[in-house]
Amino acid sequence: MTQAGRFGAYGGQFVPETLMTPLIELEKAYEEAKADPAFQKELDYYLKQYVGRETPLYFAERLTEKIGGAKIYLKREDLNHTGAHKINNALGQALLAIRMGKKRIVAETGAGQHGVATATACALLDLECIVYMGAEDVKRQSLNVFRMELLGAKVVGVDKGSATLKDAVNEALRHWVTNVEDTHYILGSALGPHPFPTIVRDFQRVIGDETRAQILEQENRLPDTVVACVGGGSNAIGMFYPFVEDSNVGLIGVEAAGSGVETGKHAAAITGGQKGVLHGAYMYLLQDENGFVQEAHSISAGLDYPATGPEHSYLADIGRAQYVAVTDAEALEGVKLLCATEGILPALESSHAIAYVSKLAATMDKEQIVVICLSGRGDKDVHTLIDALGGGKQ
Amino acid sequence: MEATEKRGFFGEFGGSQVPADLQKVLDILEEQFYHFKDDEEFNKELNYYFTEYVGRKSPLYFAENLTAKCGGAKIYLKREDLNHTGSHKINNVLGQILLAKRMGAKRVIAETGAGQHGVATATVCAMFGMDCTIYMGAEDTKRQALNVFRMELLGAKVVAVEKGQGRLKEAVDEAFADLVENYDHTFYLLGSAVGPHPFPSMVKHFQAVISKESKEQHLAKEGKLPTAVIACVGGGSNAIGSFADYIEDKEVRLIGVEPDKAASITEGRPGDLHGFRCIVLQDEEGNPLPTYSIAAGLDYPGVGPEHSYLHTIGRAEYVTVSNEEVLEAFQTLSKVEGIIPALESSHAVAHALRLAPTLSTDDSIIVNISGRGDKDVEQVFNMLK
Amino acid sequence: MTLQQAIEKVNADGGKAFVPYIMAGDGGLETLRDTVLRLQTLGVSAIEVGIPFTDPVADGPTIELAGERALQNGTNLRNVIATLQSFADEVTIPLVAMTYLNPVLAYGPNFAKDAYAAGIRGVIVPDMPYEERGIIHSDLQAAGVALVQLISLTSPAERIAKLAAGSEGFIYAVTVNGITGARADFADHLDAHFAKLKEASSLPVLAGFGISTPEQVQRFGGYSDGVIVGSKIVDSIANNDWGTIEELIQASKQLGVK
Repeated sequence: MTQAGRFGAYGGQFVPETLMTPLIELEKAYEEAKADPAFQKELDYYLKQYVGRETPLYFAERLTEKIGGAKIYLKREDLNHTGAHKINNALGQALLAIRMGKKRIVAETGAGQHGVATATACALLDLECIVYMGAEDVKRQSLNVFRMELLGAKVVGVDKGSATLKDAVNEALRHWVTNVEDTHYILGSALGPHPFPTIVRDFQRVIGDETRAQILEQENRLPDTVVACVGGGSNAIGMFYPFVEDSNVGLIGVEAAGSGVETGKHAAAITGGQKGVLHGAYMYLLQDENGFVQEAHSISAGLDYPATGPEHSYLADIGRAQYVAVTDAEALEGVKLLCATEGILPALESSHAIAYVSKLAATMDKEQIVVICLSGRGDKDVHTLIDALGGGKQ
Repeated sequence: MEATEKRGFFGEFGGSQVPADLQKVLDILEEQFYHFKDDEEFNKELNYYFTEYVGRKSPLYFAENLTAKCGGAKIYLKREDLNHTGSHKINNVLGQILLAKRMGAKRVIAETGAGQHGVATATVCAMFGMDCTIYMGAEDTKRQALNVFRMELLGAKVVAVEKGQGRLKEAVDEAFADLVENYDHTFYLLGSAVGPHPFPSMVKHFQAVISKESKEQHLAKEGKLPTAVIACVGGGSNAIGSFADYIEDKEVRLIGVEPDKAASITEGRPGDLHGFRCIVLQDEEGNPLPTYSIAAGLDYPGVGPEHSYLHTIGRAEYVTVSNEEVLEAFQTLSKVEGIIPALESSHAVAHALRLAPTLSTDDSIIVNISGRGDKDVEQVFNMLK
Repeated sequence: MTLQQAIEKVNADGGKAFVPYIMAGDGGLETLRDTVLRLQTLGVSAIEVGIPFTDPVADGPTIELAGERALQNGTNLRNVIATLQSFADEVTIPLVAMTYLNPVLAYGPNFAKDAYAAGIRGVIVPDMPYEERGIIHSDLQAAGVALVQLISLTSPAERIAKLAAGSEGFIYAVTVNGITGARADFADHLDAHFAKLKEASSLPVLAGFGISTPEQVQRFGGYSDGVIVGSKIVDSIANNDWGTIEELIQASKQLGVK
């Protein structure tokens, strides 16, 4: 299999025929946009003026001291408008949709982060916006639902299947199939049929591009290791991609081990899944022996997805990137550690990367450098943290 | 102006009416502040953290959709909401903690109302490994349990003050009492441009980065100064920071926006509060009147001394907006620009919505978005649903 | 007889093919034999046997819910094939399996062979477009199972030509943009679309997606070689409403008479 949109054997376009022509059109429109300096200029304008890029690459001095090994840098995607890396992709794709003459955007969301980012981009660019969200998630994240509504989006609860993220993706895909002529689907992670994994990666690579330039400026050399959390894998692929050719830079994706990979209640598709097809792509997937997709489990809603994107699947197979898994409990320790040492409340997703680095950096020496992608801020997780760690003193 | 500031007076306002014990502490603080504020090493370190940690400079964003909607002056948003921890508060706490470090303090204390300043203080204390105690009215700790948790997560000790009404005022009293007792190793990190000298001057100094940046950014984009700068005013720290660099530029209108039910400047008169003189919302006997604002950060019966002065001499204008206008502005900015502003900042937006259509398209105004609205989403949800 | 031959035979006799879709395991796998044989007795041309899947993105609510019920009954590709095989000698019409790709991949390399042995003469994989068919196509060819291609309204002319040429068994002409399920409205000029399909290939062209009434059976049967009815059949079987099914079949038979 050597077709377009493949990463080795992974990726592809496993979609209903109705979507093939739109996907081919999307690919063509995207290639044209990519080659058009005016498009890039407009995107850059919004990234700088609206999102607040570039984000700092911050030397975490006290975290470094505390762990007592490699120097640790944090790529501060948490400082982006709306609080995570998601906006990079949502804005890029919304601009692409306008270029393609689409009037309406459909998107899926789990806990609501990608939904909020998409609703934000749509408010800014005056596009109609419909967000599908599992009915369970609508209940658990009513404030994010309200936030999307404030931004002018229509939020539709999905009560089918497990009523979570993967079912929201199903419903968003169905909506897109039905309204494809005037609608663009903004997929939120490095998943889905070609060209989505490539588009999302390209809009997220700004993370890695900035990091590479910043570390060269600050340290005059490349880092030894770059670490990012992996659910679908958008922040990780954005961070890794510009380093892929730098073979002396280690790339580590941290998956969510939930209660532990051995318990079966996890979301670590590369670590504990098998290859299969879901939502348009061939990739590592949590499934049973019948090929039925299994529910993912993670304390972090953003990692709570049963597959890992095709490019990560490929990087894992060829050994270019290494994938490890960190449990809910370890991730919580990661939150506490970064709060206490640096005054930064990280998203539970990003805390998986922190938790792993807290072990890894200690084994490295002081001249070595580790970069963590701090993909988002943890304000959204405070309720979850209170439930998990026990609330205040009253 | 410098000479007046040194004594801590802005016209008749400001000063320091505190017990002798506390005055001694404040004298040391004043001396140290003036020593370090122009110190090259100090500013280098401050700028490092502003850039690398806070994520400055914050954009001056041309709000094209909002401008089109209003149909008048160009509207620019100064994006303090993009700062680490989500508001302008971090500018001041970073400046003060660097000062505390240089003064050899081992311990930092602060007051907080709704918790924003407490969280910002706990944040920098965590980063600099400083022992941190936050005084908070017992009532407020109950209403703001999430922020209490957040401060504790950041390693701070939160003390619930049971005295009186268990609100911000009692928390301030308790913090000053602590300072008097422990001043040899404790730094009081005050959150707004209020309190006895040198706090108002110090807070202004560290918040002035807002207007320094916005002036430079506006000049680069428009080749001239803005017609007006608009900011919300409670104690007045974001407003004084937004105004600071324009005060000498008389052609720039400076507009502070107060909540109509906590309109200290618009409806108050000179009086004394928390150890300094300012315009206070008060009854005939001089007792501070109860205030009500949907924005916790603006719910204060006094206002910084420099705002009191700017008002008196007519250099800045102060206007009020109603809760309805604020909620409307909150929703408008969310919908047309995809930016959910803090309810505090929504006051400034509300006035911009009134002002911009009355100006020409050659005019431009800067609205300070002092913070993001994530913290307010639940409250607005309950109000609108 | 191959799938193509079976449908061509119906057409050669002056009739239009009628292919009902059923969800295997809805109501329990033990009902599958009765359902298949009863439809066969009613004179359908072939039967599309749906395999339930956890994430059926091409399906509308009716089939999705039937799939959820089937999954709850423990249905999977493996036990559907085994069940079909158990009464394969009683089935004289071709069966067409409609399955998402992942269960096929999980089944492994014996899928095509086992499917053939169970009476399956065609496979429709709604999430495997023409370009991706290499992943299972050669196994199917070797076993003698046709890989039916769906062609949508959004496909441009050159793509239609490619898909039509590459299809096997018949051409599955999707009549709407969207998912399976009953519809009141269809686009105009569908007749022209079907004419294009007929021109592009010598295979029979069957219309499917959204057809739920005798009138629609007649309309689409009018410009195609037959119709596939899904959601309406699934609903009727679940409600034990065989009268409705007979009316639909009758509507297709009247077409032939005309």
